[in-house]
Amino acid sequence: MAARGRVRSVLATVGHVLVLLLFTVVLAFPFYWMVITTFKQTGDLYNLDNNPFVFNQPPTLEHLKLLFTETRYLRWLGNTALVGILVVAITLLLALPAAYALARLLGRWGENLGIGIFLTYLVPSTLLFIPLSRVVSALGLYDTLWSVVVIYPTFTVPFSIWLLMGFFKSIPKELEDAAMVDGLSRFGAFVKLVVPMSLSGILTVVIFTFTLVTQEFVYALTFISSESHQMIGVGVPTFLVRGDVYYWGSLMAACLIASIPVALLYNLFLDRFIAGFTVGAVK
Amino acid sequence: MKPRVASRGIGLGIAMFAPAVLYIVALVGLPFVMAFLYAFGDVRIGSEGYNFVGLENFASVLESPSFRKALGNSFIFTISSQVLVLVGATILALALQSRFRGRGFVRFLILLPWVAPISLGAIGWKWILDSLYSVINWVLVALHLAKPFDAPMWLGEPKLAMLSVILVHTWRLLPFSTVIVLAGLTAIPRDIPEAAAVDGARFWRTLFQITLPMMRPILNVALLFGIIFTFTDMTVVYILTAGGPFDSTQVLPSLAFTTGILGGDLSAGAAISIFLVPILVVVAYGMLRVAHRSEVV
Amino acid sequence: MAIVETRGVTKVFKKGELGAVNDVDLVTHEGEFLVFLGPSGSGKTTLLRMIAGLETPTRGEILIGGQVVNHMTPRERRIAMVFQSYALYPHLTVRNNIAFPLKAQGVPRGLHKEKVEWAAGLLGIQRLLERKPRELSGGERQRVALARAIVREPSVFLLDEPLSNLDAKLRASAREELETFHRRIATTTIYVTHDQVEAMAMGDRVVVLHQGRVRQIGTPTEVYDDPADTFVATFLGSPPMNLLEHDHTIVGFRPEHLMPAEQARGTTVKLPLKVQNVEYLGADWIVYGLLEGGRFAGKPVRARLLDASGFRIGDLREFAVPEDRLRFFDRESEKKTAPKAMEWS
Repeated sequence: MAARGRVRSVLATVGHVLVLLLFTVVLAFPFYWMVITTFKQTGDLYNLDNNPFVFNQPPTLEHLKLLFTETRYLRWLGNTALVGILVVAITLLLALPAAYALARLLGRWGENLGIGIFLTYLVPSTLLFIPLSRVVSALGLYDTLWSVVVIYPTFTVPFSIWLLMGFFKSIPKELEDAAMVDGLSRFGAFVKLVVPMSLSGILTVVIFTFTLVTQEFVYALTFISSESHQMIGVGVPTFLVRGDVYYWGSLMAACLIASIPVALLYNLFLDRFIAGFTVGAVK
Repeated sequence: MKPRVASRGIGLGIAMFAPAVLYIVALVGLPFVMAFLYAFGDVRIGSEGYNFVGLENFASVLESPSFRKALGNSFIFTISSQVLVLVGATILALALQSRFRGRGFVRFLILLPWVAPISLGAIGWKWILDSLYSVINWVLVALHLAKPFDAPMWLGEPKLAMLSVILVHTWRLLPFSTVIVLAGLTAIPRDIPEAAAVDGARFWRTLFQITLPMMRPILNVALLFGIIFTFTDMTVVYILTAGGPFDSTQVLPSLAFTTGILGGDLSAGAAISIFLVPILVVVAYGMLRVAHRSEVV
Repeated sequence: MAIVETRGVTKVFKKGELGAVNDVDLVTHEGEFLVFLGPSGSGKTTLLRMIAGLETPTRGEILIGGQVVNHMTPRERRIAMVFQSYALYPHLTVRNNIAFPLKAQGVPRGLHKEKVEWAAGLLGIQRLLERKPRELSGGERQRVALARAIVREPSVFLLDEPLSNLDAKLRASAREELETFHRRIATTTIYVTHDQVEAMAMGDRVVVLHQGRVRQIGTPTEVYDDPADTFVATFLGSPPMNLLEHDHTIVGFRPEHLMPAEQARGTTVKLPLKVQNVEYLGADWIVYGLLEGGRFAGKPVRARLLDASGFRIGDLREFAVPEDRLRFFDRESEKKTAPKAMEWS
């Protein structure tokens, strides 16, 4: 009896480990591959006789050098960061008051409007990009970073309002009431009390907005044409290809450098994200 | 005193809410309407003015074989990948439920496909699936499962290319759905599976008759998101295959882009992208129902 | 019907720390209603869960019906359990909730209807069979949980504080229903609670637990009138027993046995006190006082009286305790000892 139980639990553990191993390998492999490719010498990389999983020739930094010195990669990183910061600022400016209004001030309508706002997040860029290309041209923003700075909040704001609504709702109402009894106005209570208390929620919104900015592809591809104005999402697949030749070493280096820091930040804030998401969605 | 405070609350609320709403109406609502207008018009890149042409664009679009292939592909890719994602996410979420050493690190690794910019992940796969240097093919040849110069052309052969697109979509969405499903799993009170154990249910019965049915709302949410993100995505196809070979992996969004922006025919492009709207409506309706139901509970 | 036995059962969650359950030995009587009573953290729920098979003991053995069950899954132990939250399956109707154990145990389909209706009839919930748990009141949910438990005709019933989620008003009637239910099914039942009123009212015997150890096992009369240590003495009874320290002994007496001297019969100990506070509770009164003079001057005591309307704060009154109502405990071990001669003055 005891033996059967023990065998069963050993099998369960083995199965458990296998499942985790399988999924982790499949999901993370391309990034591992990026690492290997980044540091492999070109001769080693393109030699079909060599085992691709090992370094048959010593690792090299030549691809990284190429990436940083002969391409506009650094420029794109800078552009992306700049756009990220600006879009985060605009998003917070629009979303913070709106989320507060929905969570506290608008009563029953607040719920429904909140869901409505969230639904606009679902409207895809692949539907709006055609009319928006005209709008961008009309505003004279074509091929400038300002085009995306203006347009990106269309998806970061709804998403952020949704997240922030959840955070604000979790702050006990009594605290604001106490502040107002002490003499603050509603808005004053919002600025001086609620916002400072929601710092972790705001930080979460900042991270996720930034992630959304780095991931965007369609608008950047449509509104920006020149190499020096582009960001990494579009720059890497488009401009790191010379003619028909893919410089895979540098390409993978570019992907790796752009992906990992964002991933690290994202992971730190994932639990908060889930909390905000499930508070809002699965009440 | 009370009524005054309440009305000031509403006033302030509207004032605080207005900027965001105006912004969204201007840059989402208006373009949404414009998309329809373009589809019924004759707008091209660089053209001035507007003429209403009725259903002309739709007619020519519907006749085009590229469009019909793209429409079919959009559904095939979305449905196939979402089935794989849901099953995979459920299995992975079940495996991630228990606390174990290194769980945080595993979670980091698992999230990578979702966090990395879509285009970069796609490019990574392009290299892995490269016609000459694919590491997968190298392994297949080494295991004698494929002949050296006759290894699968993952992105060059139509059926394989479709499979590759489906798999890359699945790969990208798996982490996101897993996170959602895991949240649903942890929301199940601990004593429910214990009650099932006491009642005599073993693993599979508990899973299929208790756990999964209880997670239905959250599985729906994961599915709805997955459908939207896959159906309306152009990046994977654009980067992996650019719609080829011979339009075999074309999808509605990438076709809209090619026709509208690259080809310059904004109206035709708009007409194609309008076909995304029905799916949007269905998903939105689904989301609303889930949101409504969970409030009742 | 089976007897549950634990031998030296211990459960340690974190190595090096005190166990949640420490060396518990007990044997149930057939068909009895046994209560595990203790404050939160006393290990009573952990002990119940080990009997159910939801936790494994670190040491010791658990026997059901004479068989060691340590390595058996809950399914194999033929027990039924009612959880604090009732753990009803929210997506199934009441009927399917009750039928679930039958399905899980492979009972032939044809018998399901009959058994479900028998169980529902036993608890009077036939009209609720097609409803879902979220449509039911607290009391109705308890009955469904009981029906689901009884439908398999288990050998042992385990209940984990099933009344604690109910409104105070509902609790009394739900308690009565549970007692009736137990009489009808006459199955060995183990009931966990922190409420000593429930324990006294419902239990055939009470197991008093504190910090994972058994302090006393006995009938309600035994644990109340003859507590094994100061913990049992103060945990049972409200207000708790008055305790006074005297050299190496602690002497105690219950508030209802401290009364105005003129009312006390037989050999008594005189205890003058100064009234600090008087509470009127409706059915009786509580008088709080400080002892005047003698060895225990200044110590607080409480008395429960039927009528204290004549008392004012600051009054000096002569109270007394019948000598045979005094209980004695060893000061170091806190365990009960033989009566000692006492100096009161």
